[in-house]
Amino acid sequence: MFIGLLLTGIYLLCTLLSPALGRTAQAGAAVMEGASEALRFCLSVTGGVCLWSAVLELAERCGAARLLSRSLRPVLRRLFPRSARDGEVLSALSENVSANLLGLGNAATPAGIRCAQGMARLPGAEEELRLLVVLNTASLQLLPSSIAAVRAAAGAASAFDILPAVWLSSAASVAAGLLAAALLRRLWP
Amino acid sequence: MSGLLELTAPLLISCVLLAAALQGVDIYAALLEGARKGLRVMADILPALLTLFPALALLRASGLPELLGRLLSPALQLLGIPPETTLLLLLRPVSGSAALAAASELIGRFGADSLIGRTAAVMIGSSETTFYVAAVYFAAAGVKKSRWAIPAALCADLACFVSSAWACRLFWG
Repeated sequence: MFIGLLLTGIYLLCTLLSPALGRTAQAGAAVMEGASEALRFCLSVTGGVCLWSAVLELAERCGAARLLSRSLRPVLRRLFPRSARDGEVLSALSENVSANLLGLGNAATPAGIRCAQGMARLPGAEEELRLLVVLNTASLQLLPSSIAAVRAAAGAASAFDILPAVWLSSAASVAAGLLAAALLRRLWP
Repeated sequence: MSGLLELTAPLLISCVLLAAALQGVDIYAALLEGARKGLRVMADILPALLTLFPALALLRASGLPELLGRLLSPALQLLGIPPETTLLLLLRPVSGSAALAAASELIGRFGADSLIGRTAAVMIGSSETTFYVAAVYFAAAGVKKSRWAIPAALCADLACFVSSAWACRLFWG
């Protein structure tokens, strides 16, 4: 619903505004051009997306997610002390975080929802449920394969050379999220 | 280091293949299934992109983002964020497909290896669709009071955008 209203706003605003900004010709051509651009974009990106989807499927079948989720548990016990005492919630939590790290969106969301529902049942875990949401709204993904596919399709010399910057920025965002959560939960009685 | 990064794709795929071969996983079947899932993902987002791209093209052609960018540019410059990415920043927490469309437009217009193209890619690669994720999780858990969760998540987003811009300038500026 929100996106629908956003689109309505964009169309109305731009149609009324473009004469004032002297951009009627460009605005008139842009809509049709945008539609064909969407299809060109999808076609050029599909190859890369499917390649990484295939590789990640294979990695998942090798047990990469299970291995990762086991090694994550000590960290998660410290971040979520209340929920970690419940075995089922902890396993959903570590599954969620490891799937996020590997970029397995299809696996991360169901595990995260199971974890959130478990936390909602636990008395005294509301704050940890909010922390789970903050952690999931910051990106943990180690290999941003979709945007790498976009870069490759646009002729990047080396599509993955952005990795160090992505890791740095992901780490900064997770750290800021955890810090803000620690501060705000105290200020928010 | 840069040679290693250039080899990211074949190196990573080799490691996964080797691990799968050692464990006796049916490699070809898994790859086919994964590729099929990738096609399904693209088929699922194509209608969204077909709807969003024309609106974003109109938005860009109308000159509004430049106007908005000029308005916000003192604040953005203070944070070290290129004003060209204004639209991307505003769309990112709300809609994943719209942000991807805005980023791909920047990458196409300025070039994949330009500073702005790279900054857009890093911003997308290190952030999530905050409002969507929060809505899904709180709805699934039946929680009505999100309290500090959204403000904290938006702090994380802001830190992500600022650090993306800084990291790109540091590496490629």
